[in-house]
Amino acid sequence: MGPTHARSPWGADMFEPLYWIIRRDLTIAMRRRSDIFITLIFFVIVVSLFPLGIGPERDTLRLIAPGIVWVGALLASMLALEQIFSADHRDGSLEQMLLTPQPVALLVTGKVIAHWLVSGVPLVLVAPVLGLQYDLSWEGLRTLIVSLLLGTPTLSLIGAIGAALTLGLRSGGVLLALLVLPLYIPVLIFGAGAVEATVSGLGGESHLSMLAAILVASLVLAPLATAAALRVAED
Amino acid sequence: MTDGKPRHTLQIDGLSCVRGDRVLFTDLNFGVDAGELLRIEGRNGSGKTTLLRALAGLLLPETGEIRWDGKNIRSLREEYSRHLLYLGHLNGIKGDLSAVENLRIAAVLDGFHLTEGRAWAILGEIGLRGHEDLPSKHLSQGQKRRVALARLLANAARVWILDEPFTALDVAAVELLQEVIRRHIADGGMAIVTTHQEVAMLGAHTRAVTLGRGYV
Repeated sequence: MGPTHARSPWGADMFEPLYWIIRRDLTIAMRRRSDIFITLIFFVIVVSLFPLGIGPERDTLRLIAPGIVWVGALLASMLALEQIFSADHRDGSLEQMLLTPQPVALLVTGKVIAHWLVSGVPLVLVAPVLGLQYDLSWEGLRTLIVSLLLGTPTLSLIGAIGAALTLGLRSGGVLLALLVLPLYIPVLIFGAGAVEATVSGLGGESHLSMLAAILVASLVLAPLATAAALRVAED
Repeated sequence: MTDGKPRHTLQIDGLSCVRGDRVLFTDLNFGVDAGELLRIEGRNGSGKTTLLRALAGLLLPETGEIRWDGKNIRSLREEYSRHLLYLGHLNGIKGDLSAVENLRIAAVLDGFHLTEGRAWAILGEIGLRGHEDLPSKHLSQGQKRRVALARLLANAARVWILDEPFTALDVAAVELLQEVIRRHIADGGMAIVTTHQEVAMLGAHTRAVTLGRGYV
């Protein structure tokens, strides 16, 4: 019998299951690429609609740019959230994950990281292009990227709690939005605030620090809450 | 028979489960020892799946305790999970991944490493030769079931909890699975199985628990 079962999952090989779960979810995502583009195209369209509706006055656009890009990112990442556990729930891999000797919170962390790489990172990459549309300055664009890099993982982490809580419900999608959007407010305030502060010359560092702090806190707490919610969902 | 392996026990005390408003079973008592096969019987809706999910720790029973080596599985959690292999109605395999990928990832999550070569060998043994690296969504129901059952051959878990394992399998696969279970029992493992099929299983070490209509 080859398998070695004795090692602690929190030891050095805690990273092996983490690595494999990320690799698994990325492989699956790469094999169904259309899902990634849906989120991304949604983001681009939402953010591009506002200049069309408001008109091409540069000062106005520059003023509303941070808020609009951030709200767009919020809605786009919401759109992708439902996917994070629903497929695993349907085909039974989720119940198998709950039954492995690995801490469920660790597996959740892996799934959220993979989800962010697939749904969050493309938003960060395309945001500067959309920022140009709003005539944002170079400093503003730079802060926008950094704020999205710090903020979108938090969106995925918090969203995972909501996705786990609404798993298997009939109107899960709408409920998920109602549950999660209010929790996104701090991220929105500090994310958009960082860009505004930079553009107006005040410097966005303090906002970015707050975003980083929120990220660290949710990285520690959200997987635990998500794991508990998943156990309830499978009961 | 068990040469050197610790002998484990699973003890069920006063177990009751409720789904919605309906009481499925109350005050269920039984034990499973190493080297024993327990067959759960009962009509449709008598709570067989619920009982198995409770035994796996997926579901919180209304009352009663499930003890692994004398300790409640609620407090053992991952310690119990490493001895356990549960296969439910759902196969738990990803349609976008191949059989080999599915098997290797399941192994890592179960806490051990499975080489690519070993995974191919196991899938060959379970009758999936030639289908090892196809996306699992292109496999038939029975073949998908075989991918899930391949974990039985890869894993060293002592307790197998199998919910209708013979569903969708052809005659040869039923034969093979019975043989695999027989070997597991002879090796000092335990298995808890529900099935509607009349399988002439495994002789002397088989016991049965019947759910429903108050008699147990």
